[in-house]
Amino acid sequence: MKTEPGSNGSAKPTSPNSDLKLDFASFWEYSDAPQSSDFVELKEEYGHFIDGAFVKPEKGRMMTTVNPANEKELARFAEGTSEDVDKAVKAARKAYEKVWSKLSARERGKYLFRVARMIQEKSRELAVIETMDGGKPIRESRDVDVPLAAAYFFYYAGWADKLEYAFPGRNPQPLGVCGQIIPWNFPLLMLAWKIAPALAAGNTVVLKPAETTPLTALMFAEICNVAGVPPGVINIVTGAGQTGSTLVDHPDIDKIAFTGSTEVGKIIQKAVSGTDKKYTLELGGKGPNIIFEDAPVDQAVEGIINAIFFNQGHVCCAGSRLLVQEGIADQLISKLKDRMDTLIVGDPLDKNTDIGAINSKAQLQKIKNYLEIGVKEGAAMYQSDGPLPENGYYCRPTIFTGVGQSNRIVQEEIFGPVLTIQTFRTPQEAVEKANNTPFGLAGGIWSDKGSKIFNISREIRNGVVWANTYNKFDPTSPFGGYKESGMGREGGLHGLYPYVKLSQPVRS
Amino acid sequence: MSQRVDVLKTYKTYVGGSFPRSESEQTYQIKDSSDKVIANACRCTRKDVRDAVGAAASSFNGWKTRSAYNRGQILYRIAEMLEGRKEQFVGELSRKGMKQAEAEFEVQLTVDRLIYYAGWTDKYPQVFGSVNPVASAHFNFSVPEPTGVIGIISPDEDPLLSLVSLVAPVIAGGNTCVVLSSETNPLPAVTFGEVFHSSDVPGGVVNILTGFRNEMTQSLSSHKSVHGILNAVEDSDYRKLIDENASINVKRVHHVETENYTDSVIESPYLLLEFQEIKTTWHPAGN
Repeated sequence: MKTEPGSNGSAKPTSPNSDLKLDFASFWEYSDAPQSSDFVELKEEYGHFIDGAFVKPEKGRMMTTVNPANEKELARFAEGTSEDVDKAVKAARKAYEKVWSKLSARERGKYLFRVARMIQEKSRELAVIETMDGGKPIRESRDVDVPLAAAYFFYYAGWADKLEYAFPGRNPQPLGVCGQIIPWNFPLLMLAWKIAPALAAGNTVVLKPAETTPLTALMFAEICNVAGVPPGVINIVTGAGQTGSTLVDHPDIDKIAFTGSTEVGKIIQKAVSGTDKKYTLELGGKGPNIIFEDAPVDQAVEGIINAIFFNQGHVCCAGSRLLVQEGIADQLISKLKDRMDTLIVGDPLDKNTDIGAINSKAQLQKIKNYLEIGVKEGAAMYQSDGPLPENGYYCRPTIFTGVGQSNRIVQEEIFGPVLTIQTFRTPQEAVEKANNTPFGLAGGIWSDKGSKIFNISREIRNGVVWANTYNKFDPTSPFGGYKESGMGREGGLHGLYPYVKLSQPVRS
Repeated sequence: MSQRVDVLKTYKTYVGGSFPRSESEQTYQIKDSSDKVIANACRCTRKDVRDAVGAAASSFNGWKTRSAYNRGQILYRIAEMLEGRKEQFVGELSRKGMKQAEAEFEVQLTVDRLIYYAGWTDKYPQVFGSVNPVASAHFNFSVPEPTGVIGIISPDEDPLLSLVSLVAPVIAGGNTCVVLSSETNPLPAVTFGEVFHSSDVPGGVVNILTGFRNEMTQSLSSHKSVHGILNAVEDSDYRKLIDENASINVKRVHHVETENYTDSVIESPYLLLEFQEIKTTWHPAGN
């Protein structure tokens, strides 16, 4: 067994295989393992989903969504104008007043249970469309996005008739019509995060998916109709930022729920100022992933890979800042590079693929700009090698070493497979570096010592802390940010709070 | 024998545990109901706001890591100190025209309200925290943690009771604060600084400024080290300004809508929850 010297002078054993380089490729070749997509039924053109039906946009403007893995057009969809948004809000208001608020909570819940089940029934088709529209590996959409989306509906379905247990001493009431805007990194999952708690609490919704990934939301609309969800309870208006801002500004919206960049979140917060609109913001992040020298190194390497390269790094809570304790930095970075070299970047529909396509041309350009900035700032860049597909938007997994806390690639959210690596000596230094950005969404800690984990997790100003794991999600668990990473929580019973108003208690 | 001349009080601010005058070296007059000047109050500026925010920021870490039990003890201690100085506050409230009986009621209610929140410090994490039954092999729990430095903008109604009703839930939850006191009647707030000072509240946890709201709100609500605003002034333009400035660094804003601070509406753990962040911690559970 190989041992590594620990910083306190004693030799610490690492795993028995710690001196082995992970090397799969020389033992066997990967054969193609494509997921078929011929059973997928996509229409050529989609309207908005308003009041239970697909309708043509008032002004007739259409947009196109492409598959980022091969740049082929998938479908056309409506571009929402203020007329469309207004129509959707009116439908939602009518459904709220005439139908949804009249329904007993238990029956409301039953619709959500049905939706959850139908997502499960349609799971493979949803996964394939999610991958084609967004570029994420089929393994992730099949094993993470779609099952979790169903789980969120199933979880919140059960809350519908139990809300008084979520808010001790209060009588929770719905807010009314909720405007919801979601990003392109987890289109169906973010839809579930938004719609499930809103409906469980008794609200109706108008949701705008991202302009690069509208398809699973539109497919979800079809599912709602099959499930018999009353018309107007769920409305989907497609379009880009302009459509979103029309929704934010609409006077008959009671609440805005937004997931996206901090930049846009601030604009939304400003736009609703002086109004009675409630809002929750789930914004950007620059997650610190702290590796102490008593961490299980091999597991930590896996965790780092998962933290930054999951979903091509298009994750607001990605562990994009690695902080390694000095004593193990060299060993860890070398293992990390070895592991990176085994990652397969390629066709997202191939089940072997680890890293799929970057979501859009614009996003790929943004990432490339940051790679240039990193090099200009004097950092050392390392990228895995191996072939990339000829067409489509791809970026190799990248790490930067030799970076400083004030570097832009350390301070700013890149939203791609780009990791910066810093070292630290003491736990206090790790905490200071971890907390030293405007963000506070999520982070990781790797250590074998429980007391250290509890202590550091308390000091990290983040809404989620993953200890000896990373990027885990569950409908029962609140998720959301501190500081400029947003406000409010999604998931768990805390995820219900932003969707209710609480009447005053009777107290003696 | 000549008549004794009263010793008038010089009203200062309360920042970082001491009682400085305003950096502006200016004051404004506080008058009673018959328009007679009863005192001069400091006219604080953006520099005073900056100093107060600095004090609140540097005391945040120490205050949030106090045990819940200790914070409860300190809030109870504030109530004890107030109980012993009731007469002083009744006198101060009366000078602004409040009836004796009303003033006595307000001070008593203030004491009771402090005790109400003293009892919450070690309970709200249990009420609002959770252990989450995740579907994977992980142990996972969520706890509330304080948001940071909170700017509190006091109304002119019930100058003592409103101040305590706003400050108590904020500090009970481990936040520190900068308070803009009532503009027309800041004297009880300034005197309350003395109560904080003598009641084991660490310096900087509560900072109290007096002056013209319009001169201070801009810098308080746009300051990047302020993480939340608790506003109790009803004015739509004013509210819009605060909301807009809050978007500079994604501040949490809560507007209190009551004007009646004797109402139990304002006594609520949900007010405390407004300035709590929920942190979820995950760990694998296995062999």
